[in-house]
Amino acid sequence: MNGLSIHDLSVRYGKRSVLDSLGAGPLPRGEITALLGPNGSGKSTLLRALAGLTRAQAGTLALDGEALALSASGARSHSVVYLPQALPAGVRLQVLESVLVAHRATRQPSYGAHRSTQEDVMHAHGVLQRLGIESLANRSLDELSGGQRQLVGIAQALVRDPQVLLLDEPLSALDLNHQFHVMRTLRSETVHRNMVTVVVLHDINTALRSCDKAMLLHGGRIVGFGAPAEVVTQARLEQVFGVVARIEPCSQGHMQVLIDDLADRSRIASQV
Amino acid sequence: MSTFIPADGYAATRDDSVQSYRRLTRRRIGGLVIVGVLIVAALLFDCRTGPSSLPVSELLRAVFHRGPVATDIDVIVWQIRLPYAVMALLVGAALGLSGAEVQTILNNPLASPYTLGVSAAAAFGASLAIVLNITIPGVAQAWVISANAFAFALLSAFLLDTVARWRGMSTAGVVLMGISLVFSFHALVALMQFIASADALQGLIFWTLGSLARADWPKIGVLAVALAVALPMSLSNASRLTALRLGEDRAASFGIDVRRLRLGTLLRVAVLTALAVSFVGTIGFVGLIAPHVARALFGEDHRFYLPGSALTGALMMSLASIASKLIIPGVLIPVGIVTALVGIPLFLGIVISSHGEL
Repeated sequence: MNGLSIHDLSVRYGKRSVLDSLGAGPLPRGEITALLGPNGSGKSTLLRALAGLTRAQAGTLALDGEALALSASGARSHSVVYLPQALPAGVRLQVLESVLVAHRATRQPSYGAHRSTQEDVMHAHGVLQRLGIESLANRSLDELSGGQRQLVGIAQALVRDPQVLLLDEPLSALDLNHQFHVMRTLRSETVHRNMVTVVVLHDINTALRSCDKAMLLHGGRIVGFGAPAEVVTQARLEQVFGVVARIEPCSQGHMQVLIDDLADRSRIASQV
Repeated sequence: MSTFIPADGYAATRDDSVQSYRRLTRRRIGGLVIVGVLIVAALLFDCRTGPSSLPVSELLRAVFHRGPVATDIDVIVWQIRLPYAVMALLVGAALGLSGAEVQTILNNPLASPYTLGVSAAAAFGASLAIVLNITIPGVAQAWVISANAFAFALLSAFLLDTVARWRGMSTAGVVLMGISLVFSFHALVALMQFIASADALQGLIFWTLGSLARADWPKIGVLAVALAVALPMSLSNASRLTALRLGEDRAASFGIDVRRLRLGTLLRVAVLTALAVSFVGTIGFVGLIAPHVARALFGEDHRFYLPGSALTGALMMSLASIASKLIIPGVLIPVGIVTALVGIPLFLGIVISSHGEL
């Protein structure tokens, strides 16, 4: 089956279990999967474990049925690319330079390995062009807005032609315009490149509108995985997020969550 | 209208990007060449400057056309002026390169070999030799102070690295621990000063001021070889170090072994700094300021930034060496005093202009 499969993945920080024998999949190619859940549910840990940045104590990963190493290494660095929330501030690099750096970061040391060829530059420019930011090529990273920086970060990942793209809260610092632009870009690139895209999101409505799959985590376990409209239910919103909410279609036909009140915690506890 | 397109609506073509990238590369190489030319000019001026001013023609004759019998000018040039001037360049290059690398691996613009405690450790090592005559067995008398300084500088770098790895410290934690090492070694040096005899105290204070007067050709040879080995190693990691500036997680996700990169770089920095400080004493601020100047001139593509910082450090030290002879005519002020006097306002300038990024 094409996509990323997770089997019995467990992550512990000391004695505290953060992910407990978690299994799901496959997260399909050509689709965006949203990781949803309250703070501390294990979303970012799962994403980092998928990226190989957090050591998993147990479990396996497979991409298109082939085993994938659990730790980030040169061998899988072109298959799986992880994007943190934002680019650091104060970096004196031009946009095109930063994309070229990402392209040649893991080349083996050899004569010319640190040189970007004309083909490299054209490839990097092509990625910027597809994201609609080629006009920023010669700008310094420091001059960019948050949304532009996020797109440049995505360009740094895409220039490596990944099979799996993992993004940790890419919309958290962006205004509505930039949120929409980034999600639309992610969707078109995910389809165009037929890659597995996994995004940690806090905004459930964005997941309902822009993602193909949703995985809902609670206490280090998956409590729902499938189409977003099937995963996000009133009962789960109450149980997992502790809110009383309605789920209604908007004028465009997308489902949306409207929160009415905080749930009665004692009642939820008795249900659980 | 999307807010991603700049107001002028200009969209670069692929050819534009290729041309523009080439221009940028040429500009940076040109910048390196210009700094190189300035270094040669500074070197000549440094060699000319002293109690007896030498015409350039005499200087060049002494360097390139030495006769069978050494003249007074030959002696002045080969025994005093040239070793001082060349040592200034090498120490500046070593500190500039080390500063640039350490600021990158610790992701901290205030990090430098000095603020990590390497220089203070070297001073303590030297003080043990000068005050208590505690030296490394088997080392020739001419090298005992340098050997002690080198050993302690290296030891402090290893201590910093070991504790940082053992406790899984963040980069900010490493910088804080470095600062605590600075204070600890300064306290130990102060203790040595307290118990030192008058002669030993004078020697120790002079050593800690940082002076090129200790330069000689064997030491220059050692430092030159260390730089000749370290610089290519640094450049072979240039792309990885640049990627590290995009964020540690991002770099790790690109397949870079960040821990290994940090360790290798720290070792290189430790050896280079330890050698530089052990030969000329404590030289503050060059390792801190040169990377900032190089960043402004060459950007942070480390293929240009690292050699740029080394050359900038060399130029700064050469200019400091000239200033140390000119400030009070006829008196050679320890060069460490000059770098500190010039470095402190520059350092404050960096902090004030950082707009909260530090």
